[in-house]
Amino acid sequence: MSEFLKVSSSPHFYTGESVPSIMKGVLISLAPATLGAVYFFGWHAAMLIVLSIGSAVAAEALCQRLRKVPRSIDDYSAVVTGLLLAFNLPANAPWWLAVLGGVFAIVVAKEVFGGIGFNVWNPALAARAFLLASFPTIMISSPDYPVPRGGTLSGLTLDGVTQATPLQLIKNTVAPILQNPSAFSPREVQNAHAVLAQTGQWEFYRNLLLGNMGGVLGETSAILLLIGAVYLFVRKYIDWRVPLGYIGTVALAAWVFAGPEGYFTGNPLLHVLSGGLILGAFFMATDMVTSPVTRKGKWVFAVGCGLLTVLIRVKGGYPEGVSYAILLMNTATPLIDAYTRPRVYGAEAAGGK
Amino acid sequence: MVKLATFRGGVHPPEFKDATKDKKIEPVALPSKVVLPLQQHIGAPLELAVASGDAVKVGTLVARATGFVSIPLHSPVSGTVKSVGEALHPSGVSMQAVVIESDGQDEWEPGLLTRRDPESLGVDEIKKIIRDAGIVGLGGAAFPTHVKLSPPADRKIDVFILNGAECEPYLTTDYRQMLERSADLVAGVGIIARVLGCAKVYLAVESNKPEALAAVAGQAKGREGWQVVTLQTKYPQGGEKQLIEAIAGRQVPSGKLPMDVGCVVQNVSTVLSVFDAVTTGRPLIEKVVTVTGGAALNPGNYSVRVGMLISELLEKTGGVAENLGKAVMGGPMMGVALPNLEVPVLKGTNGLLLIPEPVPESLHRACIRCGGCVDACPIHLLPCDLALLAENERWDRCRELNVKDCIECGSCSFTCPAGRNLVQLIRYGKFTVMSQDRAAKK
Ligand code: SF4
Ligand code: SF4
Repeated sequence: MSEFLKVSSSPHFYTGESVPSIMKGVLISLAPATLGAVYFFGWHAAMLIVLSIGSAVAAEALCQRLRKVPRSIDDYSAVVTGLLLAFNLPANAPWWLAVLGGVFAIVVAKEVFGGIGFNVWNPALAARAFLLASFPTIMISSPDYPVPRGGTLSGLTLDGVTQATPLQLIKNTVAPILQNPSAFSPREVQNAHAVLAQTGQWEFYRNLLLGNMGGVLGETSAILLLIGAVYLFVRKYIDWRVPLGYIGTVALAAWVFAGPEGYFTGNPLLHVLSGGLILGAFFMATDMVTSPVTRKGKWVFAVGCGLLTVLIRVKGGYPEGVSYAILLMNTATPLIDAYTRPRVYGAEAAGGK
Repeated sequence: MVKLATFRGGVHPPEFKDATKDKKIEPVALPSKVVLPLQQHIGAPLELAVASGDAVKVGTLVARATGFVSIPLHSPVSGTVKSVGEALHPSGVSMQAVVIESDGQDEWEPGLLTRRDPESLGVDEIKKIIRDAGIVGLGGAAFPTHVKLSPPADRKIDVFILNGAECEPYLTTDYRQMLERSADLVAGVGIIARVLGCAKVYLAVESNKPEALAAVAGQAKGREGWQVVTLQTKYPQGGEKQLIEAIAGRQVPSGKLPMDVGCVVQNVSTVLSVFDAVTTGRPLIEKVVTVTGGAALNPGNYSVRVGMLISELLEKTGGVAENLGKAVMGGPMMGVALPNLEVPVLKGTNGLLLIPEPVPESLHRACIRCGGCVDACPIHLLPCDLALLAENERWDRCRELNVKDCIECGSCSFTCPAGRNLVQLIRYGKFTVMSQDRAAKK
């Protein structure tokens, strides 16, 4: 017996957490929102989710076989990517869009870089950016954008205008009127003010929280996403600094810069609860691989995401901003890591560095 | 709630101390033979003082110290020197060792044991006694104790810390000794504080050992300038640098020693060895060892002669299960996996962890950059990056990222969800960089 003892480096035991257990945790946390998506948008949504996950997993298996590296599909990371990608699709997206996105996310945004751990961008977001650039009509401005069960399209009512999400409605229709009222008819100005008045009402926020409003599959109901986020915190799978820093920055910057009538008149709650911010801040910006490893770095990353999101929403061409903000900060992550390296132990006592 | 003293970083491994924490320290029957590797300390090698065939008694000098950073080695049994040659060291390498066969008489070297009143001894006399008794730091590093107690004249030591943290899971030797020998322990601390001439003395114990805290506090009552500190239960709270940060609020800079920030730390077993040597003349020939783990048939705390083979120790204390997979000398976080059970207990041995099959193994997947290791590292390094750099043999970058400061505590590997062998890789980087630096100096 004694000749056969195992010898290996210390330590000799581990936490028991593993990459698969973390990924499974993320899947569990996304379950409420997944069920919500199927409830709000019906079976077509379920099909998109299944196709997106299936194509991501299949693509990963194939890539790893071609690259002749040990297969790591059992770590569930491709499943997470597929699900998050589906969350970013409109409910009426054609089936091939989900497949194309799933394959792009894994092949171009993950395996090309060397697989899990080496990718620069969050694969699901990279795929969304690709789809948005290639098929903008399907991704945002489709006239038959699906209405969630029991809701209105944008959550706000405005005569004769169809806009998919509240942010789109406000950015594309309301804001131009309010900024230059003399160019519009009195009726249009009146309508714009009516919309603005709705954003001051509890009714509107209840819809945002519950999901009675237009949007992509995963971002309609803030509550369902938050339930999942609580689970992630309890299991310590995400660092609170990222969502807190991100959402806090968006709220503050929206209040200061996003007001229709000048500085400090913006509506922080509107910006926090609508669009993909909750989804992005809790489930995408927290992606371990593509965000900084140090605590200081996480703050920098989060605040950067927040500022960019508001910048894009207020000044950019898209009413949304979350995905591009996160992708840009993903790009900056190696740099942030390099500049937020922890201080050398004892540097203060030594009086240097 | 009172805020407990601690450091930044670290992990919270499960403790697993229940199996042995209520087991009294039991003396183990005399070994039939002992194997004494000459290198049991950090520092200059020893010079043999016996030859094959010599008769020895308990406490007879087996090897002499050479130089200041060196300590002598004594026979833990009476009997005959059977051989002097190569033997397997617990680290897995063969090195010079003296093998002594016991005659079972346990007869002491005449004149060695003498009762002394520490108060009547001068500081230099005490340091000499400590050195002659062959005492090393028993917390793991095995650095000669008298050296730590002899700071150069320009280093003023103002803080002494008794390290009663025992933060390694499973181990309970310090805990039992704090309970069973609290009076001797506190007297030993008094001796060391006098040698150092320091004003502030801290007795530091982790919050998960309230009985030990009470026992130590009871003995220390009424001593001017002494303070009992409750430490947060966290690993590696008992690391020297971490203790100093927690208690004195000072950080030992990169490449410096505790004495450079005016602190000296000694652990419980070391202080008791000092007490024994100073008051009775007893050299360091016996160790308290926690035998524990899922494959230990009779877990407990045992008082063992140095040099006893692990196989005989287990035979005499109740044995080991058939399904033993891995035997670790020390605790699970920093202990060394033994090549087999035919290796001796060393001066620095404080535990024997017997892990049954199936042995937990690291998977070594790709790093997912979760940052867990960065948060855990008590030295504020970037273990994920260092491991990758060492893997790619980027020694210059390893040096820039202070690989030499790693204390090999294992917190990073313990946390890593990708199961990466971080400590192993970083240790490889550390040793390579250190030997490069040494070569450059020459
Ligand atoms: S890098 Fe070294 S000091 Fe830091 S946690 Fe790992 S083993 Fe401990
Ligand atoms: S704990 Fe492991 S997976 Fe996480 S950053 Fe460190 S090395 Fe990478």
